[in-house]
Amino acid sequence: MNQTAGPPKERPCCGEAPDRRAFHTRLTLALSGVIGALMVTPGLGFVLAPLFRSRVQKWRSVGKLEDFKPGATVLVEFEDPSPEPWAGTTAKTGAWLRRAGESEFIAFSINCRHLGCPVRWVETASLFMCPCHGGVYYSNGDVAGGPPPEPLARYQVRVRDGVVEILTAAVPLTTTPI
Amino acid sequence: MKQRRQQAWDWIDSRIGYTECFLPLLTHIVPRDARWWYVFGSATLTAFLVQVASGVCLAMAYVPAGDQAYESLKFITEQAPFGSLLRGMHAYGASAMVMLVVIHLAQVYLHAAYKYPRELNWMTGVVLFFAVLGMAFTGQLLRWDANGVWSVFVATEMAARAPLVGPLISDFLMGGETVGGSTLTRFFVYHVFVLPGVIFAGVGLHLFLLFRHGVSEMPDAEQPVDPATYKSEYKARLAATGVPFWPDAIWRDVVFSAAVVATIVGCAAVFGPPALDAPPDPASINANPMPDWYFWWYFAVLSLVPPSFELWFILGVPVVGFLVLFCLPLFCGKGHRAPSKRPWAIGIVVASLAGFVVLTIYGYREPWSPDFGVPLLPESVVGVDGGPVAQGAVIAHEKGCLFCHAVGGLGGHRGPDLSDIGRQLSRDELIIRINNGGYNMPAFAGSIDSERLSLLVAFLQSRDGGTPAHSPGE
Repeated sequence: MNQTAGPPKERPCCGEAPDRRAFHTRLTLALSGVIGALMVTPGLGFVLAPLFRSRVQKWRSVGKLEDFKPGATVLVEFEDPSPEPWAGTTAKTGAWLRRAGESEFIAFSINCRHLGCPVRWVETASLFMCPCHGGVYYSNGDVAGGPPPEPLARYQVRVRDGVVEILTAAVPLTTTPI
Repeated sequence: MKQRRQQAWDWIDSRIGYTECFLPLLTHIVPRDARWWYVFGSATLTAFLVQVASGVCLAMAYVPAGDQAYESLKFITEQAPFGSLLRGMHAYGASAMVMLVVIHLAQVYLHAAYKYPRELNWMTGVVLFFAVLGMAFTGQLLRWDANGVWSVFVATEMAARAPLVGPLISDFLMGGETVGGSTLTRFFVYHVFVLPGVIFAGVGLHLFLLFRHGVSEMPDAEQPVDPATYKSEYKARLAATGVPFWPDAIWRDVVFSAAVVATIVGCAAVFGPPALDAPPDPASINANPMPDWYFWWYFAVLSLVPPSFELWFILGVPVVGFLVLFCLPLFCGKGHRAPSKRPWAIGIVVASLAGFVVLTIYGYREPWSPDFGVPLLPESVVGVDGGPVAQGAVIAHEKGCLFCHAVGGLGGHRGPDLSDIGRQLSRDELIIRINNGGYNMPAFAGSIDSERLSLLVAFLQSRDGGTPAHSPGE
């Protein structure tokens, strides 16, 4: 009974002046952009940070000098250069290490230079072999067969105070210089 | 009571708009001939819902951290009630989804349903197809066993081959420069947030476009698509012969989807989830990384393609494949739809299927990989139990010859079968081949002395393809 009879009064819905409407349009678009930028920028920085982090290389000890027999090629494990606290065993990486002299060592990456699979040292054949696509390397790391485009990557090795140390590096992707 | 229920429903209906908004979608008119050919799209969506349901449950116990993911998966598989079944459903659901999305794509291509006005239906579908493949791949990595960890190396290695931005992409994927703690959390996010988000949005758009343009008719050789007249003709035909989607057409989708879900749950219950490989350890070299079965064909190709083409292939297949599929309706968006008028389309589908099957079989058999587990040749194959031939057989095993070559049915298949090599090559030729190597064969000159070389050659010369001199028990 409180309702008014008859058609509602005509009232222009958009009575603002054109320049004021244009201003509001621009303001809305600009502020929406600001809102988006404020939301996205920290996230982008967070997600893309690994791309701009300088590569860390650390010397990791892999055993005492006397632990390694001259001429033998053995698998050694060590922690990667930048382990996360929650990485567990996945912070580990490995290398094929050979004692070439009294205090000379050669360390090969365990990653095949084809697609990164783990190569195995077959002592009796003096070959490194990859189980994925049949890559084969000689004992000096040179390609002996299969699809690998280049020799096995090598890590730097040193002996300090009777301890053998390997200079860790990024995952030896074929595009990553060591 | 009935009146109260009606009032309650009217109250709800007036607010959510079921009758106004959703009912027309359910009862929209579809072509009468939309029969069993059309069930694969809805079945793919059903398989996706299985993945969502089982994935949400699994995520309640799965710990996406490098040090705990494997243990949490063991808990899910071995201890959690229904955990094994859920893992199985998620694994078989993934296979079902990949299969169904490929069948759906092939069916739409064969019937040219991508032509005017449904070009964008196809394009969103192609994006969904690649998102599904991404889900399948990232899901395999989340298993985070030895296979999962090494698959990350392979994936990042392939990504790193891209010109200029390759290393950046691999660092982005891994969350750093090595496979470690950040890698798993990143892949978890791709698998659980990013790609499902793409799929949800893509499915929404795909369905919206489906309702907007209507379900395509079965192709008719007498009705090529002419954009000038298609819509009006389609509308007229639908008005004359169409049937409502609910309930006249939907029942086939539901029957087929029920069969798909029953198969997924049945496989999970009978066969169980895929076995976990060894715990993840990037330092462990005793791994034999293999992707899930739907990627075996690509695994095979990476072995068979010549090294000079490899880079083009690694980068070209995914990128060019996506672009060709995505842009297809832009180049042939009108004209004939009937397969009888499009022999090239049939040829492409048949060739693709044949290539997939053959390469998948090759991928499974791994004829290119060294067989590290090959045993010493038994006397029944060598033919003698002593002397130079028997000693040579031992050397053939030690030097890894049998990793790649089969003798008497035992050994790898990377290289030629040596069962009758004694008839093919002379002693001198054998010595030259062993010392110098050959295509894909290492040279052994630096790692075998003359005495052992003579024994090895004696064994190989004795391989004349005939019956061994004597066998055990004789």
